[in-house]
Amino acid sequence: MAAEVLARSLAEPAVLAADVKLPDIDYLAIAPMLVLFGAACVGVLAAAFVPQRLRYRVQVSLVIGALLVALGLIVTVARAGRAVATAGGAIAIDGPALFLQGSVAVLGVVAVLLIAERSLERGGAFVSRASLTPGSAADRDQAEQPGATEVYPLVSFALAGMMLFVSANDLLTLFVALEVFSLPLYLLCGLARRRRLLSQESAVKYFLLGAFSSAFFLYGVALLYGFAGATGLGALRKAVQAGDGNTTLLFLGLAMLAVGLLFKVAAVPFHVWTPDVYQGAPTPITALMAACTKVAAFGALLRVFTVAFPVGAVDWRPVLVAIAIATMLVGAVLAVTQTDIKRLLAYSSIANAGYVLTGVLALSAAGVAGSLFYLVAYGFVVLAAFGVVTLVRDADGEATHLSRWAGLGRRSPLVAGVFTFLMMAFAGIPLTSGFTSKFAVFSAALGSGQVTLVVVGVLSSAVLAFPYLRVVVLMYLSEPAEDTPTVSLPGTLTAAALAIGVLATALLGVAPAPVLDLAAKAVQFVS
Amino acid sequence: MSLSPYLPIVGLFALAFAFALFSVAIAPLIGPRRYNKAKLEAYECGIEPTPQPVGGGRFPIKFYLTAMLFIVFDIEIIFLYPWAVAYDALGLFGFVEMVLFIGAVFIAYAYVWKRGGLDWD
Repeated sequence: MAAEVLARSLAEPAVLAADVKLPDIDYLAIAPMLVLFGAACVGVLAAAFVPQRLRYRVQVSLVIGALLVALGLIVTVARAGRAVATAGGAIAIDGPALFLQGSVAVLGVVAVLLIAERSLERGGAFVSRASLTPGSAADRDQAEQPGATEVYPLVSFALAGMMLFVSANDLLTLFVALEVFSLPLYLLCGLARRRRLLSQESAVKYFLLGAFSSAFFLYGVALLYGFAGATGLGALRKAVQAGDGNTTLLFLGLAMLAVGLLFKVAAVPFHVWTPDVYQGAPTPITALMAACTKVAAFGALLRVFTVAFPVGAVDWRPVLVAIAIATMLVGAVLAVTQTDIKRLLAYSSIANAGYVLTGVLALSAAGVAGSLFYLVAYGFVVLAAFGVVTLVRDADGEATHLSRWAGLGRRSPLVAGVFTFLMMAFAGIPLTSGFTSKFAVFSAALGSGQVTLVVVGVLSSAVLAFPYLRVVVLMYLSEPAEDTPTVSLPGTLTAAALAIGVLATALLGVAPAPVLDLAAKAVQFVS
Repeated sequence: MSLSPYLPIVGLFALAFAFALFSVAIAPLIGPRRYNKAKLEAYECGIEPTPQPVGGGRFPIKFYLTAMLFIVFDIEIIFLYPWAVAYDALGLFGFVEMVLFIGAVFIAYAYVWKRGGLDWD
């Protein structure tokens, strides 16, 4: 009997043509990602086959060219007014996805300008062969060699993964995108030319904690599949609204999914990696993470929570409110005690994650628009701020300890002035983008009755203004010490990145209306 | 729901279990017994676990490179095999997708080859 069944089941064809439904793919809608992924693949080949002396130029032009083409395609798709769930419902190209993809592309171009800078230091900020033991004879030999050009395909993969992350409409696609942008970032963190051990430590820390958070994420996906029998966000929404499944699976799955996402946005209590990784990673990569990863992670967070888990059916607000409050307070208070500029900016980025969460928790169109605007505005400020950090150097590379910044304003008024302006933007002083973006998220939260969040947000902003202004006071009012580092003349690329960052910060502060309108129009999710 | 589609899997489990038992039982019966120091280690090949090598505990990563390349091709096979089974149903679309996938894998392969990842010395 059993043998008969076995024989029959082996004889049946495995798949019938009628069972297979090929997915519809809207190629124009996903073209921006395809272009960037393609450029990354070409970059890998270029890293192997293009002669050494040409590699740097080829790679940099390839990344920037691909990002600009992708940006053009995103604008084309957005103008056509497309809002589709394509590739079998795995990818949603809608208002928020296009806005966030565009932000990733624009901020990515600026970050690549910082990454490609080679005039501040011989060979650039990246080491030639990261595998050599720091301090060994072979390592001293490579001190003058140009940095590895594999950096550029890695950055392309990371940015393409981020674009996929903000448009993924299925939990499994979301997970693949998460890994596609995380793995290159782990590697990039360990490639600093100076302070190699610190850089490698940051890479290992980021990788281990990131792997843990990915495991949480995946386990959450598995439990949610157990609850809904599907991984698509639209199907999940239907199952959540029907409310007849196993709610234990739902709550556990949602919690674990949230851990994975909140780790990437660096919300308290999943923030512990941030200061160490931001400090150890090469500064241009820190800038990339602070700007683009933040955009991508919040994009996915917004989509998952808005599309798949309607508040009417499963009320996750109290937990996220508590996390947002903790994030704002811990980020602001710990920023006060920092003595290293990169760690200070890391804690400030944690607090800023709390402010974006405030916008997310408004749960209104205004809240989504405010969050989108905040991410763009913050991205420009933080890119420019880390750009300035790469300029303040001494014989050992970047001088990141705050005491070394004393009296900088007298030696290099222009750079100190730029940094002061950026600190003002961080602190949310009017006429900078920091004010308009904070106003956008706080007013949206107030409009939805989240008074506690707004009170905590404003109070923590006041606390956070102290460390920013302390740096300013240090630069202008302290006597320059004997060993005050020199400020290097920025190369063309860094100068361009700084100019774009400062200009955008000023423009978004004085005339934010066009971008605010764009964000307000881009709030409708499809599923 | 009938469980009969899962019967082949049960058969596979039984086969695997029988094979494991058979291997463990047959090895001491027909294998040669020549004891030496290496036999007392957990693995009879690879890196000596103790003492740590001099110079900060560095060891060659050749084995890891080989293992990683193996995983790349292993994963490729995992995708190729079901595609081959369902080739008729997937048609031209499936063929093009598979060519793209294999192309992506070969980009990594070409990089490793050109940059000396396959040279043992």
